[in-house]
Amino acid sequence: MTLIENVSRHISRRGFLHGALAGGVFVLSARLIPEPLWAAEGEAAAPAFEPSLWMSIASDGTVTIVAHRSEMGCGSRTALPLVVADELDADWSKVRIDQAIGDPKYGEQDTDGSHSVRSNFDLMRQVGATGRFMLIGAAAAQWNVSPKDCTTEPHFVVHRASGRKLGYGEVAVAAAKLPVPKTENVPLKKRSQWRYIGKESNSLFDLPDIVTGKAVFGMDAGLGSTMPGMVYASVEHPPVLGQKIKSYDDKAALKVPGVQKTLTIETFKPPHQFQPLGGVAVIADNTWAAFKGRKSLKVEWDISSSPHAVYNSAPFRKTLEATSRKPGKVVRNVGDVDAEFDKGGKIGFRIIEAEYYTPHLAHVSMEPPVAVAEYRDGKVLAWAPTQNPQAVQETIAGVLGIQKEDVTCHVTLLGGGFGRKSKPDQVAEAAVLSKQIGKPVKVVWSREDDIHFDFFHSVAAIYMKAAIGPDGKPTAWLQRTVYPPINSTFDVSATYADDEMGLGWNNLPFDIPNHRAENGPADYHVRIGWLRSVANIYHAFAIHSFADELAKSANKDSVQYLLELIGPPRIVSLDLKGDEAEDAKNYPLDTARLRRVVEIAAEKSGWGKRPIGKGRGMGIAAHRSFLTYVATVVEVEVDSRGQVHIPNVWTAVDAGTVVSPDNVRNQFEGAAVFGTSLALFGEITATNGIIDQSNFHNYQIARMNRAPRHVEVHIVESEAPPAGVGEPGVPPFAPALCNAVFAATGKRVRELPLSKTKLV
Amino acid sequence: MIRFRVNGKEKTFDGDPDMPLLWYLRDVAELTGTKFGCGMALCGACTVHQNGAAIRSCATPMKEVGGAEITTIEGIAPMHPVQKAWMEIRVPQCGYCQTGQIMQAIALLKDNKNPSDQDIDTAMSGNLCRCGTYQRIRAAIHQAAKHQAVRHQSAMETA
Repeated sequence: MTLIENVSRHISRRGFLHGALAGGVFVLSARLIPEPLWAAEGEAAAPAFEPSLWMSIASDGTVTIVAHRSEMGCGSRTALPLVVADELDADWSKVRIDQAIGDPKYGEQDTDGSHSVRSNFDLMRQVGATGRFMLIGAAAAQWNVSPKDCTTEPHFVVHRASGRKLGYGEVAVAAAKLPVPKTENVPLKKRSQWRYIGKESNSLFDLPDIVTGKAVFGMDAGLGSTMPGMVYASVEHPPVLGQKIKSYDDKAALKVPGVQKTLTIETFKPPHQFQPLGGVAVIADNTWAAFKGRKSLKVEWDISSSPHAVYNSAPFRKTLEATSRKPGKVVRNVGDVDAEFDKGGKIGFRIIEAEYYTPHLAHVSMEPPVAVAEYRDGKVLAWAPTQNPQAVQETIAGVLGIQKEDVTCHVTLLGGGFGRKSKPDQVAEAAVLSKQIGKPVKVVWSREDDIHFDFFHSVAAIYMKAAIGPDGKPTAWLQRTVYPPINSTFDVSATYADDEMGLGWNNLPFDIPNHRAENGPADYHVRIGWLRSVANIYHAFAIHSFADELAKSANKDSVQYLLELIGPPRIVSLDLKGDEAEDAKNYPLDTARLRRVVEIAAEKSGWGKRPIGKGRGMGIAAHRSFLTYVATVVEVEVDSRGQVHIPNVWTAVDAGTVVSPDNVRNQFEGAAVFGTSLALFGEITATNGIIDQSNFHNYQIARMNRAPRHVEVHIVESEAPPAGVGEPGVPPFAPALCNAVFAATGKRVRELPLSKTKLV
Repeated sequence: MIRFRVNGKEKTFDGDPDMPLLWYLRDVAELTGTKFGCGMALCGACTVHQNGAAIRSCATPMKEVGGAEITTIEGIAPMHPVQKAWMEIRVPQCGYCQTGQIMQAIALLKDNKNPSDQDIDTAMSGNLCRCGTYQRIRAAIHQAAKHQAVRHQSAMETA
């Protein structure tokens, strides 16, 4: 699996819709064909790709819509069914949502890359609209009138002239017998007719269950009668990636009340991918006994079995920084930066250089990794809080040597995901243990396990260099980034970044005649993964901190300077390939939209228009990621002890068409808190290959008293296609914050977390 | 044998007295609204009430709950004004920490009918939310305080 598949994979689809009568229920299915299969598919192969179930209407009028994306707090489980319901003209109170199991028939299901709505909006509209079309047809036939004379109101077909009405449930059976119309014959609603899309009244489908404690997360799976005989497991993993067990002593562990036995899990063969890490599992009657038993376990690890015990964060940083000072692989080149840098000695020209550093981060979703799995007769049944149930199928199949079709993965709600839960190593652990013990197994990771054994956000060193002309604007801009790449998770020899380049690096939207973006190599020593907004975090931190440095060196206002850097409204020409090229075609990088969010954020913040007092400062950054334009202004107050407080944040967002505006605001409010956590506190380090942090006392995230006090989110009205909302709020936050700190204190922050820089 | 009450029902426990209340509630009593987040009383996801006061059930061993009245989110009759406010403000994102947040907020509002922002920060900063819903939590607590005041007012008028 490559990052492309996880971050930006698109699926081809056609509105291949089938009506069918199943048990008195009108079932409307659409067929989704993933790109590689699509290319290989001939008509003869069609039966291999049976239509998948998206929506059904029972004769009592209950509409059931399948959610094939996972819900980790971003709202896609609600948003996509809302789109279906809108085009169907359904009454939302009569809609129930069925969470899909992992199955390629739904197309790609990896809920990440902020693309659930973006990639499925048109399809879900078609699903709903086709249902409405057929319901109208059925009612019209019953009344012996033309469908053209009929319309709908929520959950009813209405004959305009006579005012007669038939409920959706009343015509469902008849509708199922009608031929399915071609997509091009099915009218979609006009935007002005939307009842749900874009409306303030939308709220999360699971909201009532969440506030009453009834919502079922992965941590809650397997109880009651769902997994009879289930046992609990806690796994002592190799402290250094890839180490094997030399020996272990479980005598004391087995004496702990409730502990049943211990089992071993073989250490993966590289590349680690999403395979279990290996280790010794304590099997017990309950979670607590498993945890307690593990504390008494003595495991000796084979030091020679892994090359990663050499990993020490301080010297590794020096290596990254040294690499960042040397020429790297060119990923975008415009003009000739070197020729411009050579003018550095001439009158009026200046050269400015800066280096930035950001550490590893851990995801720490509030729900640690957890899963339930049962192996029986060569098949696996799993319940997991996973962003990617098909990866669960593939990983378990690979580890156990069975077919992925023999793995059924049910998806619970996720107690946060942020990219960590795209990687199902803990689900595979449960399956491996269940096969050994012959019972359903629930694997529960402690918070310490979660932090020690994350797929970490990469540590990065970035070198920036600009030639500044007499007008204070850069005539040349060189940026070079170095970090262990995500691809090291799939290929041990990978040292250069791949898809990360599209995450804020090969698409600088600035109007600079000479520009070069480079990437240098780095080795990995821990599992590297994607974390909410991924490489955009360090890329945006360096680019927008540097932009502010240039503004200040030119004695210009940061907002004005940023607008000058962005330049006139235009479509930025990018030489991109594959999915990125496809994105660029459908979502051209439009600087007019970027300028607009900068202007809105500045205006709403009162930028330059109000006195903000001593010890306070404001900073701005604007970054496009996941095809969404975001500008953020942060106001800080630095107290006499050098502690940073954030009274206000203003964010302007252009995400194209949005389904649930209030949820979008919630995402960007949350992104400001996520940004605060990584900017103020976030740092994972390693000593001799072992992660130093373990729980929320030494890996802090923002608490209410350190989070921004007030976050104001402004959504730009737009009819552009929908873009991402889960991640794009994060990248501009840290640079805007650090630019504000500079405005308040005159101290330039070039490394994160901010606590490393002494402010007083 | 430890005797106590959970949501008004008599319970007994004769297992490991070191077992945290959290795991009794989740694995034994199957009351899963109370969540595991850290195991060290650092995150508040496991917040329940012991005799009306908010406690971290992950750091409360069973041997300390003898004779106690434990209330979990399942023991709060919906819609409590705090839950109602949570719905109206649309606080949750993933929702995992929210039962702990709600239990903490209910305890706060019992002692302080009209908390200030500062009071809320002090009471709620032990409850982490990785999705970052703090601003809405604060707003919802203010809203719940208003709901409670109205309810109190109408109760007074009825009386």
